[in-house]
Amino acid sequence: MKRIESVNDFVIKFANVNGTGSASANNMFAKALFRMGLPVCPKNIFPSNIQGLPTWYEVRVSEKGYLGRRGGVDIALSVNPQSMAQDIKEVEEGGYFIYDDTKPLDLRLMRNDVNIIGIPLTRICNEEYTDPRQRQLFKNVIYVGALAALLDMDFKVLTDLVKDQFKGKEKLILPNIHALELGHQYVKANLECPIGIRVKTSDQVGDKILLDGNTALGLGAIYGGATVAAWYPITPSTSVVDAYEKYVRRVRIDPGTGEKNYAIVQAEDELSAIGMVIGASWNGARAFTATSGPGISLMSEFLGLAYFAEIPTVLIDVQRAGPSTGMPTRTQQSDVLSAAYASHGDTKQVLLFPATPKECFDFGAMSFDLAERLQTPIIIMTDLDLGMNDNMSEPLEWDDNRAYDRGKVMTAEQLEEGVEFGRYLDVDGDAICYRTYPGAHPKRGAFFTRGTSRDEYAVYTERGEEYEKNMLRLMRKWDTIKEYVPEPEVVTAAEKTDVAVLYYGTSEESSRESLDFLAEEGVHLDAMRVRAFPFNDDVKAFIENHKQVFVIEQNRDAQLRTLLMAEFEFGPDKLKSVLCFDGTPISARNISKQIKQHLNGGEVQPLHRTKIAGQAGE
Amino acid sequence: MSYQIPKFRHPELPVNDLGYTKADYEGSISTLCAGCGHDSISGAIVKACHELSIPPHMIAKMSGIGCSSKSPTYFLGKSHGFNSVHGRMPSVVTGAAMANRDLIYLGVSGDGDTASIGMGQFAHVARRNLNMVYIVMNNGCYGLTKGQDSATADEGSVSKKGDANVFSAIDLCSTALQMGATFVARSFSGDKDQLVPLIKAAISHRGFALIDVVSPCVTFNNNAGSTKSYEFVREHAEATGTVDFVPMQKEITTDYEPGSSHEVTLHDGSSIHLYKMSENLDPFDRTSALMNMENHRTAGDILTGLIYMDKDSRDLHDVLETSRRPLNTLDTEDLCPGNQMLKNINASLR
Repeated sequence: MKRIESVNDFVIKFANVNGTGSASANNMFAKALFRMGLPVCPKNIFPSNIQGLPTWYEVRVSEKGYLGRRGGVDIALSVNPQSMAQDIKEVEEGGYFIYDDTKPLDLRLMRNDVNIIGIPLTRICNEEYTDPRQRQLFKNVIYVGALAALLDMDFKVLTDLVKDQFKGKEKLILPNIHALELGHQYVKANLECPIGIRVKTSDQVGDKILLDGNTALGLGAIYGGATVAAWYPITPSTSVVDAYEKYVRRVRIDPGTGEKNYAIVQAEDELSAIGMVIGASWNGARAFTATSGPGISLMSEFLGLAYFAEIPTVLIDVQRAGPSTGMPTRTQQSDVLSAAYASHGDTKQVLLFPATPKECFDFGAMSFDLAERLQTPIIIMTDLDLGMNDNMSEPLEWDDNRAYDRGKVMTAEQLEEGVEFGRYLDVDGDAICYRTYPGAHPKRGAFFTRGTSRDEYAVYTERGEEYEKNMLRLMRKWDTIKEYVPEPEVVTAAEKTDVAVLYYGTSEESSRESLDFLAEEGVHLDAMRVRAFPFNDDVKAFIENHKQVFVIEQNRDAQLRTLLMAEFEFGPDKLKSVLCFDGTPISARNISKQIKQHLNGGEVQPLHRTKIAGQAGE
Repeated sequence: MSYQIPKFRHPELPVNDLGYTKADYEGSISTLCAGCGHDSISGAIVKACHELSIPPHMIAKMSGIGCSSKSPTYFLGKSHGFNSVHGRMPSVVTGAAMANRDLIYLGVSGDGDTASIGMGQFAHVARRNLNMVYIVMNNGCYGLTKGQDSATADEGSVSKKGDANVFSAIDLCSTALQMGATFVARSFSGDKDQLVPLIKAAISHRGFALIDVVSPCVTFNNNAGSTKSYEFVREHAEATGTVDFVPMQKEITTDYEPGSSHEVTLHDGSSIHLYKMSENLDPFDRTSALMNMENHRTAGDILTGLIYMDKDSRDLHDVLETSRRPLNTLDTEDLCPGNQMLKNINASLR
């Protein structure tokens, strides 16, 4: 039988039952490989419940450093009878299916083109442990030990990891190491190992770290000087504020008095959360909230107020699959349009698209400078894939000489000197006006903030010319914003080409792998990663300079493509869509397949709506 | 704008401890209907702040949307104001108060703003005991959309369309008490002698202070049969081609002793019974406060005065243990933990 043979390059998928403690064991496996110097990309694929439903954990290992989903499964480790039929189907020809053979495999599931490996996990546990909880928990650790033998991993890395992981809970160290050894010894004694796929210590990791985007954003908020966090729990954004709280407690509580240089308020809903952020920002504090699609819908009215009244606001949107409640624990990039034009009337919101934890941190910190400089909401658009999964990343860094940009705030001294103050006066010609903090001066600088139309001195008016003047200034401000937001990144193909791809956020890693693959086949494509909306002129020029541009995104309706067409008035023929919206992160194979279909000509359609995305799960 | 506030002030207007006259606490001229109770409340706010010698710029006046929420324009012209979205003033005040605990937060809302769209935020700002004054200008109807019943309209009361309200009314004072508010009062817009001291007490209270003020709507609290009704006036006004005529009315005022009941006639000829809390009633007991209100409601009276106060109230800042120094005064050097901490974090993530 064919046997997949590879070193440091494979995809393994764990199939477990939610709530059995498998996540930490699976994470231990991924982290051990990372410590062996191997680039890893673990992805949790979990159900929207607490206990009992199938859950998966996919780990991509790639010596070359590809961190996106590749597509396909080389090794399936299945301990969940509920999903076994699906799990074995997903294995590549010549791949490996590892299962708990305490009970024999249902013969109807058997595949002759897959290497079937049975390990009696339940029997080993039952013989070793009497406590039912231990039987359940250690079953997961035992299969990690077994994998160490099957893949020829450095066992000491695993035992060291256990020691680090349970620092402070020393009682747990020996039992965990013992469970690892149980699995390891069973495989060594009873099975042929290593299998065709194996791992070897490498040096491809360097000083990189393994971190989830939500934690990076929480840290970014601390470094960006956020003192007020108002939020309402929602998957997958909850851990942003959890991380903020965890770290802010360490650095912002006065050890003498116990006083806190921050305030976290769990609001009653998303409307209230964004209202608190707007109130705090209006009053001169740096404030943020984090939410997901349903929260964006609820916050939209307030976002319109913040846009029109020009109040700095930082909002983190960790996107999940919609519409409506959609698939709450699955990933998508499907809030792009609802965030870009959030609220009624002519409203435009600034969006940032981070692609890595490092960028989550950087954009997180930068968003407060941007919000105050530009006096408008800044929405950081990340997603569940980046937010909740550990991602290999450049280390986080801060320049200790950096000071916050507090934007245009007129001080009491300036007001005292009698400088003319009009809240909506464009003094500097960049369409950004000066504001004052409440309480700044006893006699000067007070103004009324409102969502209704007003003149340059913030006085209510319904005069059409005043309203138009204000709205046109906001359009000019939009141009100013283009100079401040992160510029796009361009990767030029090895050979000259008039076809390109454009992507954003978490589609980056898979897209780049796909481009390498296509280049090997002689198809060369230039690439641009868009990092912000408003798009600057480079984006326009890049599209204009190519005959055709594939826009890669993870939603059904090609939302970024729509935004590009709306903002630049490109025709639909210019931009082709490469889409994935099954709730799993887009894979390199899926992208390659769709691009090839387009390039072959037969299936090129003038409108993306008639083009179906890659098949689910690819 | 056809309205302008005259600049002339009597040269001998009394000044407070800060040397400010009452005029220093006024705002733009009101565009509410002449005789509107809300204007009387604005007047009471001006008087209370002047008498307390509060620096006007240290007050933030906040509101939602509606007739009442327009009123902050008409008082405290030297204060920053914030006219937010419908019913969502409490969250904006919560954020603002988190950012700067040194200001006085004066929220103004209406019965539509508070008891319907904003009911959730009202309940939660009360239970968080945010340090703010929350004044409801309560007229039982929606003025800006021409007179629909609000959630505080009494069951059986007749709207301008002539329909009797079939739903029971939400009592904001009872609701606030049940949500944990630490200062609850009710008054009548025309009773300045009662309202001004209540506003002063509410400002001095540390925590959430609700004053629910019955404030008759001159334009829409009428019924179809009345010759003073909007319908009647409009019918007669149409003959002259004026389609949106609002009759000028006089402000309703009243004055009566604590412990006594008093009947007040509204613009449409109907009347309400006010009962001013007796000085013998204990306003420091939440249970008896609820009982008192309910007893008076059953008797057809509206109990006015300071209904409940918790003298040991701990506000949201106390609970969160926020720094004494306002958060909005902190900057890079106070807030940024520096690169060394990141190096340590990086090391823990390998």
